[in-house]
Amino acid sequence: MRAMVYRGPYAVRVEEKDVPRIEHPNDAILRVTLAAICGSDLHLYHGLMPDTRIGHTFGHEFIGVVEQVGSSVQHLQVGDRVMVPFNISCGSCWFCARGLYSNCHNVNPNATAVGGIYGYSHTTGGYDGGQAQYVRVPFADVGPVRIPDWMHDEDAVLLTDAAATGYFGAQLGGIAEGDTVVVLGAGPVGLIAAQSSWLMGAGRVIVVDHLQERLEKARTMAYAEVLDYDEHDDVVVELKKQTDFLGADVVIEAVGAEAHGNLLQHVTGTKLKLQGGSPVALNWAIDGVRKGGTVSVVGAYGPIPNAVKFGDALNKGLTLRMNQTPVKRQWPRMFEHVRNGHLTPRAMVTHRFPLEDVAEAYHVFSAKLDGCIKPLILPSAA
Amino acid sequence: MTDPDIPSAYVRDKRTPPPTREELRARIPGWGADLDPADRPSYPKLQYPADTGAHWDFPERQPGGEGRERSIEHAFVTPVFGTAQPLRGLSGGVRRFAYRRFSEGRLAHWLLLIVGDRIDAWGSHLRSFASRRPDVPASGLRSELTHGGLRSRRGRSDARHQVLDPVVVAGPWVAGAAVTYTGVRRLVRVLRR
Repeated sequence: MRAMVYRGPYAVRVEEKDVPRIEHPNDAILRVTLAAICGSDLHLYHGLMPDTRIGHTFGHEFIGVVEQVGSSVQHLQVGDRVMVPFNISCGSCWFCARGLYSNCHNVNPNATAVGGIYGYSHTTGGYDGGQAQYVRVPFADVGPVRIPDWMHDEDAVLLTDAAATGYFGAQLGGIAEGDTVVVLGAGPVGLIAAQSSWLMGAGRVIVVDHLQERLEKARTMAYAEVLDYDEHDDVVVELKKQTDFLGADVVIEAVGAEAHGNLLQHVTGTKLKLQGGSPVALNWAIDGVRKGGTVSVVGAYGPIPNAVKFGDALNKGLTLRMNQTPVKRQWPRMFEHVRNGHLTPRAMVTHRFPLEDVAEAYHVFSAKLDGCIKPLILPSAA
Repeated sequence: MTDPDIPSAYVRDKRTPPPTREELRARIPGWGADLDPADRPSYPKLQYPADTGAHWDFPERQPGGEGRERSIEHAFVTPVFGTAQPLRGLSGGVRRFAYRRFSEGRLAHWLLLIVGDRIDAWGSHLRSFASRRPDVPASGLRSELTHGGLRSRRGRSDARHQVLDPVVVAGPWVAGAAVTYTGVRRLVRVLRR
């Protein structure tokens, strides 16, 4: 089969690989019909995630058709069109039993601090991902769900991570009616976090970024006020001014490890890899939220320590909430929101690349060329 | 009466009340649909009455786990695991040592894994030079021409940071080529003597 493979930092290509096989009785093999590149894939692409091995196939956002099932699979059949949460989950450990699908303890021998994720290095279990023609799906009776007939494929693929993570990020904020919510980052996760904040009763939603096409999308897709941090010497001071010097009630950090906005943090965190990514957005969140407020973190960071302003978080009495998204737990309610048009994931898709052009897709997304907000990968077009 | 110019943070209540429900509902599709925390799928944390789909108490063990690397914070190799890119060669040795010796709480664990990553990458680059598909320092650069490389960066503040990319990406390749050239030249001189 054809599959994207990692060749080292900043280098990926398409290669021939063996079609994955059933390795456990509850496995399924999926023929991938649509995949996406996630912003967090760029952390792997840039060499930020420890134990990213040469030859690894990335991709944790994908949908497809069931080609083969293991002997114990009861809920899926060959030919089913399914969407697959980015979390690999057993459904039976202490954590899964309490809805923490993203923190499953039975699927990742390489680490206890993170669960299993498709195509996301060996630090998350060593599973090849879905930017390929076929992928192995462990615990087929737990994760995958048949795609409803009414659902658009592009909505379905975005619900496997980016959209679910934005919705989850708003929930972590514990938004109360009338709250002022600041969303840092107008990428795919931030856009849905902004839309979701309204569903939870926000009175104001302000989205911060510096890329014009993304700010415009935040205006049109999420009805948000926008703040271009390039236009201000100090974005935190501007946020204080705009919130009558209180700060935001809730800040949702939807940027993660490769934040710009501070040269020293960006160079040490992202370019030189001296910390687990650049925590600029996290520090802006801590500074920009009001005392006693809540910071929700859904931007992805690596396991290496970061230079985070923890003392300010303590002194301000903040609530810090964060996790990888337990995707399947979000779906029943999210399906309603997508069907009703309250959440519109596919409105963020800007680019569609055949699998054979995956190297270009990664470069365009990484360098944010051509107004790229969300690129999809089409394995069938290869 | 307090001076109305004094901002909200310095008085009891917010000076500007939020828009009314009616205003927000008229402007925002679905506003307030999840106003009640009980309608939010992740609430309450750690309580999840839904059927997960699992029909086992503990999953059947996937074959092949013996000897596989694992975090020493785990009691055993988990019943299901990835089998992509098993450990091999020098990078595999470094990674195995990182897993065996240091827990996830130790910085050495992660730094050794990154050292293993770089050994893996350079070993693969060297092997690729003897193949029909030699590696390049960065892939996908054709898109700089097809997707408006210059146009897309105009006026962007992060373009300053991207200037560093060629240094970070190509730097090790240039240094590697220089070391190789110097070494080969010295070797040739020694052999000629």
